[in-house]
Amino acid sequence: MSAQATSAAEPQRNYLNADYGIKSWLLTTDHKRIGLMYLLTMTLFFFLGGAFAVAIRLELATPHGDLVESETYNKLFTMHGVIMIFFFLIPSIPAVLGNFLLPLMLGARDLAFPRLNLLTWYLFTIGGVFTLYAVVSGGVDTGWTFYTPYSSTYANTHVIATALGVFITGFSSILTGLNFIVTTHKMRAPGLTWFRLPLFVWAHYATSLIQILGTPVLATAILLVGIERLFGVGIFDPKLGGDPVLFQHLFWFYSHPAVYIMILPSMGVISELISTFARKRVFGYSFIAMSSLAIAILGFFVWGHHMFVSGQSVYAGVVFSLLSMLVAVPSAVKVFNWTATLYKGSIQFSTPMIYALGFLGLFTIGGLTGLFLATLAVDVHVHDTYFVVAHFHYIMVGGALMAYLGGLHFWWPKITGRMYPEFLGKISAVIIFLGFNLTFFPQFLLGYLGMPRRYHVYPDEFQVLNVLSSAGASILGLGYLIPMAYLVWSLKYGKRAPSNPWRASGLEWTTPSPPATFNFDRTPVVTTEAYHYSEELGAPRTGTDVREVEIV
Amino acid sequence: MSSHDEHHGASLRTYLVIFGSLLALTGLTVWVAFHDFGSFNTPLALVIAGVKGTLVVLYFMHVRYNSRLVWVFAAAGFLWLMILFGFTFSDYLTRDAAEATVQDVPAWPTR
Ligand SMILES: [Cu+2]
Repeated sequence: MSAQATSAAEPQRNYLNADYGIKSWLLTTDHKRIGLMYLLTMTLFFFLGGAFAVAIRLELATPHGDLVESETYNKLFTMHGVIMIFFFLIPSIPAVLGNFLLPLMLGARDLAFPRLNLLTWYLFTIGGVFTLYAVVSGGVDTGWTFYTPYSSTYANTHVIATALGVFITGFSSILTGLNFIVTTHKMRAPGLTWFRLPLFVWAHYATSLIQILGTPVLATAILLVGIERLFGVGIFDPKLGGDPVLFQHLFWFYSHPAVYIMILPSMGVISELISTFARKRVFGYSFIAMSSLAIAILGFFVWGHHMFVSGQSVYAGVVFSLLSMLVAVPSAVKVFNWTATLYKGSIQFSTPMIYALGFLGLFTIGGLTGLFLATLAVDVHVHDTYFVVAHFHYIMVGGALMAYLGGLHFWWPKITGRMYPEFLGKISAVIIFLGFNLTFFPQFLLGYLGMPRRYHVYPDEFQVLNVLSSAGASILGLGYLIPMAYLVWSLKYGKRAPSNPWRASGLEWTTPSPPATFNFDRTPVVTTEAYHYSEELGAPRTGTDVREVEIV
Repeated sequence: MSSHDEHHGASLRTYLVIFGSLLALTGLTVWVAFHDFGSFNTPLALVIAGVKGTLVVLYFMHVRYNSRLVWVFAAAGFLWLMILFGFTFSDYLTRDAAEATVQDVPAWPTR
């Protein structure tokens, strides 16, 4: 992402060639440059988290603990989880695509608080450094959930350093959410009413609400673990009058909604991709918009479904089980509306669309297996087994990561001014889809058969499914390396991108690729709804049908 | 969204009155702490603290002089705190009842 890579004489002055040098990046307040800095940092974390996954899958290829010891294995899955969740999935779409696109989609020159935006990147990076310190100095073995009393009393690994890293990066998340909410309220272009907003913006608005309302509770929980560990104040330790289950309440109050911090922005991306490549306005626009808010709010009432077998009272379990069923409704509303959007659409199987269609299938599987887990009695059987692991990877990798990659390809021309190679794009999207299913579908079977998660020694009869899973993981890994390679390659050798290569209707496509530093020469005036596609029923794709924008 | 540039804050007099009431309420907290109200000890302390907090939010944090939108967001924070407390207590307050239910289950027949 360095300035040199993109410096090959761009035709017009834009945000990338406006200034060079390390300071022009590290001190920038341009939301687009900050988005790119996030992209670089998070890609590093993604491959680090991926490296831990490689080690885990290698170890699980045989039923014996022949590669690493139990303690090391505990550290491997902990670091994989901590890095992937807190340093990749939670910030991924909001911090990269949201940062880059929100002002463009709103017709604004930047976010409401550009300096605060830069601060979030520094907080994220500082938090990451603490976590990296924990990695190199011996790791942490509590699991990404930091459950007490193990984390507060017994673990003798680097719990404090890791927890501090997560604590600090949480503030980055809160401040990003704050910035997005204020920007959406205050900086919409003239004529851009709430119900003309792209669904990407609605999704990010809902996500931001969760970030602001939920993250402080995670910070509280982590702080309390630190206080108990360092000063022996009795909060979670029963010997000191505390209750270990209290930690689970506080932790999941944030961490269940955190799943929606990961999936809501990806739903926003999917709405954009599907309407663009089906060349239709999104079916049930207001239902999709409102279901984002419904998910954000309802998502706070279900956290107890992680605690059905943790000693939580049976009555609380029943209530949380029912409410968890309820939160599936708005997600289903979205899936049905996307499917209806495809109906009689003029569908084009470009790379981003392949990712979007992959998302539809995988997210549906992930969501429906979530209902199994929300069912009290079934959960007693599959709790803490590979069934759970498969379920949340279908949501987080099959859902959030597929949408992130789809969105990255879709907006790559806008971000970099270069096209990626379409053929390689399609190939790798299909490889990722196949590799993903081969990795994680066997884990549903393993879990149902009773293989617990977080063990590296297992009975021999589970080996076939584990080998399948490890084989799938190698395909999946290859699938991630190909886009990594050709996206970097495209920075210098990719075809120059026109301002609107997909003939999409969003406001961001009315700017040149890449956009100028302040996005719009003049404030655009919006006169139509989002997804203003004139050719509904497969008419020939000629001419432009960009949303009308009057220049004042 | 029109920006409203009305008086953003109160007069010095108001601030002093609020400051005085906060001091008085602190005194009240101390007084209450030295008397026994039985099971009302904690609720009383919480009510006084709640009134003090509300005064700070409304006047020192200027929420009273802001738009309805700001009111909604400020209230949401407290609403979410209530969700956290309410549903956590839905567990703690029903633990004993649940145990009773479990004990009601007849013992597993043994040979
Ligand atoms: Cu959950």
